[in-house]
Amino acid sequence: MTSLPAPSAKKLGLVIDLDICVGCQACATSCKEWNAQGYSAPLVDEDPYGSDPHGPWLNRVHTYEIGEGPDARTVHFPRSCLHCQEPPCVTVCPTGASYKRAEDGIVLVNPDTCIGCKLCSWACPYGAREYDYLDGVMKKCTLCVDRIYNENLAEQDRVPACVRACPTGARAFGDLGDPQSAVSRNVTARGGYDLMPELGTKPVNKYLPPRDKRANGPAADVSRPLTAGNSAVESLFAWVDKALSGNSGRG
Amino acid sequence: MHPAYSVILFTTASGAGYGLLALLALGAAMGFLPPDRGLGFIGLGLALALITAGLLSSTSHLGHPERAWRAFSQWRSSWLSREGVLAVATYLPAGILGVGWVLLARTDGVFAVAGILAAALAVATVIATGMIYQSLPTIRHWRQPLTTPVYVALALATGALLLSMLIALYGMNAGAAAQLAAGLLVIATLGKLAYWRVVDAAAPLATPESATGLGRFGKVRQFEAPHSGANFVMREMGYSVARRHAGKLRRSVIIGLFVVPIALCLLAAVWGGLAATASLLVATASAAVGVVTERWLFFAEAEHVVMTYYGGPKP
Repeated sequence: MTSLPAPSAKKLGLVIDLDICVGCQACATSCKEWNAQGYSAPLVDEDPYGSDPHGPWLNRVHTYEIGEGPDARTVHFPRSCLHCQEPPCVTVCPTGASYKRAEDGIVLVNPDTCIGCKLCSWACPYGAREYDYLDGVMKKCTLCVDRIYNENLAEQDRVPACVRACPTGARAFGDLGDPQSAVSRNVTARGGYDLMPELGTKPVNKYLPPRDKRANGPAADVSRPLTAGNSAVESLFAWVDKALSGNSGRG
Repeated sequence: MHPAYSVILFTTASGAGYGLLALLALGAAMGFLPPDRGLGFIGLGLALALITAGLLSSTSHLGHPERAWRAFSQWRSSWLSREGVLAVATYLPAGILGVGWVLLARTDGVFAVAGILAAALAVATVIATGMIYQSLPTIRHWRQPLTTPVYVALALATGALLLSMLIALYGMNAGAAAQLAAGLLVIATLGKLAYWRVVDAAAPLATPESATGLGRFGKVRQFEAPHSGANFVMREMGYSVARRHAGKLRRSVIIGLFVVPIALCLLAAVWGGLAATASLLVATASAAVGVVTERWLFFAEAEHVVMTYYGGPKP
């Protein structure tokens, strides 16, 4: 049913910290790996070793350069389904294959009833849906619905694959409908925001903005030679390095 | 937006078919058209052939055409589903009208009621088609009040052109039908010109700063794309082949779809006879090329807001 269910109390989603994301693509690749074998039909790539490899990925990490001069910064920006509370992709679906779960708000596609008309991908402002030409159905983030409730997995693995893979902790998973949850408290503390709220989609996922740069922090002294350590051997190498460098400072 | 050729064929061919059906059915029900079996056969035959060809073509862009029947289920929320339901529902009164007109040479009574119903459903189907596009919040070119009226006006205008051509080919006086076609084409012209004015005046839905929510830190530029090749989103939403030539193509639409057919329709209404038939044939051919170009531009010029994340729409 593509009419939306009554808003659920539980709103599962992700909180993405743009301050600490390093753009390593671990979330994107682990997502692809998990979802190539999971809930929906496989996420197959076409021409994977050829000149034009392409195929659906459910998570894409952009990198933006922001500002000018000393204030410029680089921000890595993961983009995936935001599991909106008012998902336009769901209501346009003519078959009922796209739906929002009444119990936890996850937006899913049933790969057995999707006709592959692609209209949902047109309705999504965030480019979260990618069509699979080989399967003929639309693919999207499932919030790893086949992991988060999966009692066959160890407890620490019952989070979306992208969250489990993130080496910096830039991605957090939780119930954003519960104001007392860790993710909700972090969103409040850090001023988490919605993407393009003016479109009325009411995303569940939130983004935490980069923190302000530290003012007057200690500058690194690049002129200082590398310390040699304490042992006799290291002192010897440091002396050799210094001698070979012609006493010019750094080797 | 990437223009899917099956969807262009569907919206133009079926649009003209529904326009023709609506005018035929209404004309027969109101007594403007004679209950002539031959006219009913070629008229309804061409309308239903165009509609059916378009509908079949539209299923060919689906990943799973064999599941298309499922699209009739979500009419409560989806304009695409409503379009499917209305498109199929139109066949029933159109069929009843066809039985009366072609087999019994009657377009009165119950057949007139069926005709009015068929005309209403035909127009409703085209409205649903327009609303599929107009209801999308992501494409500013389409989310404006003129999108659906232009679809309806073009369906009726191209349908009227077909009707006048058929009447002339059938050896009847096509003067009134040609005048109707000219009038509807004028309305469609005004609608399309106003549509382009709105499109050209409106600002993009988002900027890289607003889309990322990072404008407070300064100007946002794409430094590195998430992937080295084009993905589905870029292929489908980032189509920009036509934009450089949009001006030329718009002029060709104005001439091919509007100026030439309107002039020829008016000449046909004055001339009558063989000259009228010839000019209506040329007008139809010109409008056919024009309406396909118009529909291609409708897709190719449309900018999807997601491209903001990829550095904005390409010129």
